[in-house]
Amino acid sequence: MMDLLDVLFSAGLWAAVLRIATPLILGTLGELLCERAGILNLGIEGIMTFGAMIGWLAVYNGADLWTGMLVAALSGAAFGLLHSLLTVSFGLSQHVSGLGITLFASSLAYYLFRLLVPVVGIPPKILSFQPLNVPGLSDLPFIGPALFTQTAPTYVAMLLAVLMGWVIFRTPLGLAIRMTGETPHAAEAQGINPTAVRYGAVTVGSALMATGGAFLTLSAFDSFIPTMVQGRGWICIALVVFATWRPGRALIGALLFAFFDAFQIRLQTMLTGAIPYQLFLMMPYVLSIAALAATARRARVPQALMQPYRRGER
Amino acid sequence: MSETLLEIANVSKRFGATLANDDISLSLAKGEIVALLGENGAGKTTLMNILFGHYQPDSGHIRVMGKDLPPGRPLAAIRAGIGMVHQHFSLAPNLTVLENVMTGTESLWRPVSDAATGRRRLMELSRRFGLETDPDARLGDLSVGEQQRVEVLKSLYNHARVLILDEPTAVLTTIEAEHLFATLRDMARQGLSLIFISHKLDEVMATADRIVVLRGGRKVAERLRGGTTKAELAELMVGRAVHRPERKMSPPGEVVLEARGVTLRRGGVDRLKAVDFDLHAGEVLGIIGVAGNGQTSLSAVLSGTARRTTGELRLFGAAVGDLSVPEVVDAGIGRIPEDRNHEGVIGEMPLWENAVLERLSRFSRGGLVDRRAAIAFAQRIIDGFDVRGGTPLSRTRLLSGGNIQKLILGRNLIEHPRILIAAQPARGLDEGAVAAVHGRILAARNAGAAVLLISEDLDEVMALADRIQAIVGGRLSPPVARETTERGQLGLMMAGEWEGAHAV
Repeated sequence: MMDLLDVLFSAGLWAAVLRIATPLILGTLGELLCERAGILNLGIEGIMTFGAMIGWLAVYNGADLWTGMLVAALSGAAFGLLHSLLTVSFGLSQHVSGLGITLFASSLAYYLFRLLVPVVGIPPKILSFQPLNVPGLSDLPFIGPALFTQTAPTYVAMLLAVLMGWVIFRTPLGLAIRMTGETPHAAEAQGINPTAVRYGAVTVGSALMATGGAFLTLSAFDSFIPTMVQGRGWICIALVVFATWRPGRALIGALLFAFFDAFQIRLQTMLTGAIPYQLFLMMPYVLSIAALAATARRARVPQALMQPYRRGER
Repeated sequence: MSETLLEIANVSKRFGATLANDDISLSLAKGEIVALLGENGAGKTTLMNILFGHYQPDSGHIRVMGKDLPPGRPLAAIRAGIGMVHQHFSLAPNLTVLENVMTGTESLWRPVSDAATGRRRLMELSRRFGLETDPDARLGDLSVGEQQRVEVLKSLYNHARVLILDEPTAVLTTIEAEHLFATLRDMARQGLSLIFISHKLDEVMATADRIVVLRGGRKVAERLRGGTTKAELAELMVGRAVHRPERKMSPPGEVVLEARGVTLRRGGVDRLKAVDFDLHAGEVLGIIGVAGNGQTSLSAVLSGTARRTTGELRLFGAAVGDLSVPEVVDAGIGRIPEDRNHEGVIGEMPLWENAVLERLSRFSRGGLVDRRAAIAFAQRIIDGFDVRGGTPLSRTRLLSGGNIQKLILGRNLIEHPRILIAAQPARGLDEGAVAAVHGRILAARNAGAAVLLISEDLDEVMALADRIQAIVGGRLSPPVARETTERGQLGLMMAGEWEGAHAV
């Protein structure tokens, strides 16, 4: 029991929570933006994988780290445009298009990686983002090492959550996005172009997802492994529901999931041998399902989610 | 009237093979109320959708204050001061009233929405036109009448000078409708111009300054209110003189269906609350009420598609338990479901299959469907009930609504049922089809059938029913006799006020 408390009060745990949460925050915000406009984007898993690869590849070939992030974002935007073309312009099934993009993007990522990077025993590395030293705060006891030893993209992700909350609930643009996700016909009757809104939301949202993937290769780790996204995209889909489509809650949900994950890693090492470690691997997912079941039933789903919009049809 | 505000000139629009609008011209002056009268499919809604920019016309143009309006762009219509109150509201149920009203009214790239100013303006308009609303209420929590007020306010908020209302009373109670028209007249006095679409002669004659009649996509007449009569308008609208059948008094027979304290609980809500009624042979018992007050549950319980939670049902004097659909059909209960396209027929199947589906065992031989007998049966219905536009082998969804309804009526009435449960039998039908359906229902009654008529149309109930009960929030009022009841009293009963009603 004492050991458990020790874990909870170790600065290392909390630092890990923030690190693990970052790609989830970015992915969840991206998915949330798509769904607020009425488009489910199951391409997220593949878009994150491709973002992780292309961002890393750019840096490996000499670009600086922020340029790597930007390249990842642009690749995500391109997949977002493809998803918009299929689901918004052609009105195809959003499930099928999204899953197709996931398969396509992850395979393409692996293919390009193999094509452009020589096969060696140990994956090549880059110099990743280094922890930012926040003057004054980083030196505080406990709080400093727990919360202020992160790399810059983590702080940016948190700020983005606040910004996204502002945009969605406080600006005319956010209202237009919400109206489009609820009733595109009503948006059109108010002079808003639902097709443009959906294209924009899916493109920007997909770009965010890709930066979430790039965080893995440019900050959390320093090399690319084709399977490294490991279902984080699917976790983001669940987190959007958990968050009831609110950016602030998305931030909390991502942190909560990251906490379970960081905690289980430490439990594994503490209780090694007594319980098979796979059980601990399962824990964050089981707890997320429980949390999802508890919160999501009262959620107000965007009414037009997954409904294609065609002009003149009601 | 004064200056011309809006001019529609020679507008035509074709959808595939049908000419929805054929060279229609129309003008509207400041402060004027014009009614666009016509049957279903006459092209009223198409014309208004062109005006508002939802559709592009094939030819013709629209001028507002002398300036051409670019076609196919709702934003241009809004900017020119045209507001539209859609029949199926263009509102988002999960957003608040204020959010619904403000969407699209500010530049999308403003860093923050000016909700305080928006709220002030909304409340100002609300006071000025007597359209009460709560800006922070979630739209989906409001009643249909309240939602319509929001839809009107939304147009006013957009500085509309011309307001188009598409069948505004289709979803309202009589009292709400009267209130709405009072508001509309007040708006016209304040200088707004209004066009409302309707097929109800009473409201057109009561409210419009000028009446434009459309039929088959063409403008067939234009009349000032003072220069026409309801009868003339009806004839113009239908293209021939239509006579609704008349009900003649006749003494009712014995009680065939009796309900005592029937309650239906579904999803934790009492859909029917201790409902009592007696249905006599040879009478029409009208159940009047605004949609969504338990009518669907009532017809489901009587049709065998829902099981009552408590209460007693007596059929031909004998208590019955839970009814199944085959038992209902075997007992000689005919059913006209509320939603004919989803519950009444299966559109992809041919007429003959729809004709025999509920009595399939009678048209089976050795486990196979006796096609020849079934097709002959369907042909008898087609001949006997004047079903037009199809043969027994053609797909049912190709029929018009009125002919689908005649098919459903026919398959029920051809066997002379002792009880007929007719839910919204004339909903959405045009004048000619309404007359046919009403005629058949009255004929069945005269032949001794007991008819339970569930309807939200006051005129329909007044025309067909011998006795009337109102349904409000799952409760049934005591019955009143048609002969001693005024429309106004029924309007009050539909709003839940029946303390003064005299039971018969």
